[in-house]
Amino acid sequence: MVRFFSALGAPLLSFFQYLGELVLLTADTFRSIFTHKLRWKLFMNQIVEVGLLSQLVVIITGGFTGAVFAAQTFFQFNKLGMGSAVGAVVSVSLCRELAPVLTALMVAGRVGAAMSAEIGTMKVTEQIDALRALAVYPVDYLVVPRVLAMMVSMPLLVAECIAVGIAAGYLVAIFMLDINGTYYMANMVRWTRSRDIIMGLSKAFCFGILIVFISCQKGLTTREGAVGVGRATTEAVVNASLAVLICNFFLTMMFNIIYPAGYQ
Amino acid sequence: MIEAPPLAAVKTERGTIPSNGSSMIKVCSLKKRIGQQEILSGVDLEVRTGETLAIIGRSGGGKSVLLKHLVGLMEPDTGEIWIQGQNIIGMTERQLGEIRKKVGILFQGGALFDSMTVEDNIAFPLREAGERDPRVLRAKVGEMLEVMEMEGQEEKMPESLSGGMKKRVGLARAIIRRPSCVLYDEPTAGLDPVVADSINRLIRRLQERFGMTSLVVTHDMKSAFDVADQIAYLHEGHIYFHGTPSELQQSTDRLIQDFLLGRSEGRGD
Repeated sequence: MVRFFSALGAPLLSFFQYLGELVLLTADTFRSIFTHKLRWKLFMNQIVEVGLLSQLVVIITGGFTGAVFAAQTFFQFNKLGMGSAVGAVVSVSLCRELAPVLTALMVAGRVGAAMSAEIGTMKVTEQIDALRALAVYPVDYLVVPRVLAMMVSMPLLVAECIAVGIAAGYLVAIFMLDINGTYYMANMVRWTRSRDIIMGLSKAFCFGILIVFISCQKGLTTREGAVGVGRATTEAVVNASLAVLICNFFLTMMFNIIYPAGYQ
Repeated sequence: MIEAPPLAAVKTERGTIPSNGSSMIKVCSLKKRIGQQEILSGVDLEVRTGETLAIIGRSGGGKSVLLKHLVGLMEPDTGEIWIQGQNIIGMTERQLGEIRKKVGILFQGGALFDSMTVEDNIAFPLREAGERDPRVLRAKVGEMLEVMEMEGQEEKMPESLSGGMKKRVGLARAIIRRPSCVLYDEPTAGLDPVVADSINRLIRRLQERFGMTSLVVTHDMKSAFDVADQIAYLHEGHIYFHGTPSELQQSTDRLIQDFLLGRSEGRGD
């Protein structure tokens, strides 16, 4: 019986310890943001790394998601004679769910992995100890610029994903599925409200924070050399992706209270 | 503030040390356990200002762990560490920043920032201290590279440097802000005898030129005898011997003789 509870308790304990470490890192980072000078050069480098270099990934994700979603929606809606409603469905879905979630998953895979691997390598090669020994606090130097860059970049990337997705859906609907463009646009504009866009961008902001803290925490706690870096990177991507999907549900429920869906 | 414990008398055999008699580093009853293993089991140690102390001991004996405690990179279970009269135990990471400006450290592998050139690595502490003038930075980096006998290597990346060069750049970065004390973690490990000798000469030159207090952790006896005014032998988690190099050589203690002569009979790992 004791063995059963200790087997059950150990992973639970380590999960709560992990959550605790994340909370402490978050608190430390926000304290640092408000009390210490920002290293602008590092911040701009991270903007390039997170925002600029994610362009291709985001454009392809948004474009093909919008195109596929327009086609699938048309195949079903057309049976009911609602082909012109495709634009509204694509647009609202992209704004509220698809663009934030898919962009976050792609960013977790591309940027989160890179952050975790870079910081993890610095940890196992004593570069973080060297930073500390040179009187530089690693959270100020490594975490703060990444967090701020992610806060700025993620909403912009999601906005871009939404725009590209809507454009791709429009092109597929008009030129491949022969939907009437005027009705398509009219329905899309009528049913897509600013609150849908705000909801998507708010989610993007929250997902960005989740990804950056999970990745940085994994990097900062890396151990055991190259194997440890590999493990930290994998765990960062998996944990960040799961966190995005789980939080998405709760954010959806919460934002639906603040910004109810539909035409009102 | 609590006063540092009184000083113990320390003899040296390299003439007069440029010391004001004060203690740069004082360690009292330091204990550290990692997992089930007791690494340090009550270390007492003192390094006086201007002195070079070598800590010797077997591999895995806790020398590097002790060194990391001295700049707050690790926290002990119990004990006290005094740096220039300030007890650093219990200090926050940010408070330790002030102490770390006074103490430079050379890591075993150099720990250079691999995304930066040699010049940027060496200039890093100055940039962090607020120095922005590129002419000043270049001049100070140039001076450091001259001391390290590495002129013209500014643009190289760490990955293209040899082990000895990485240690020199790491050392230049550690001392560019002129700390009062430098800690060396195995400065000659993994180097051929000629490069190792040049590093030893460098350590002595820095001590003479800048009057820095030095603490060298090594298991290379030649290095210890070349650079040290005092030698401490760390064995089974505590300081087993502390004295001058000649006192160490004259010691008839079996354990010390075994270590000096590299005898391993009856002590299988």
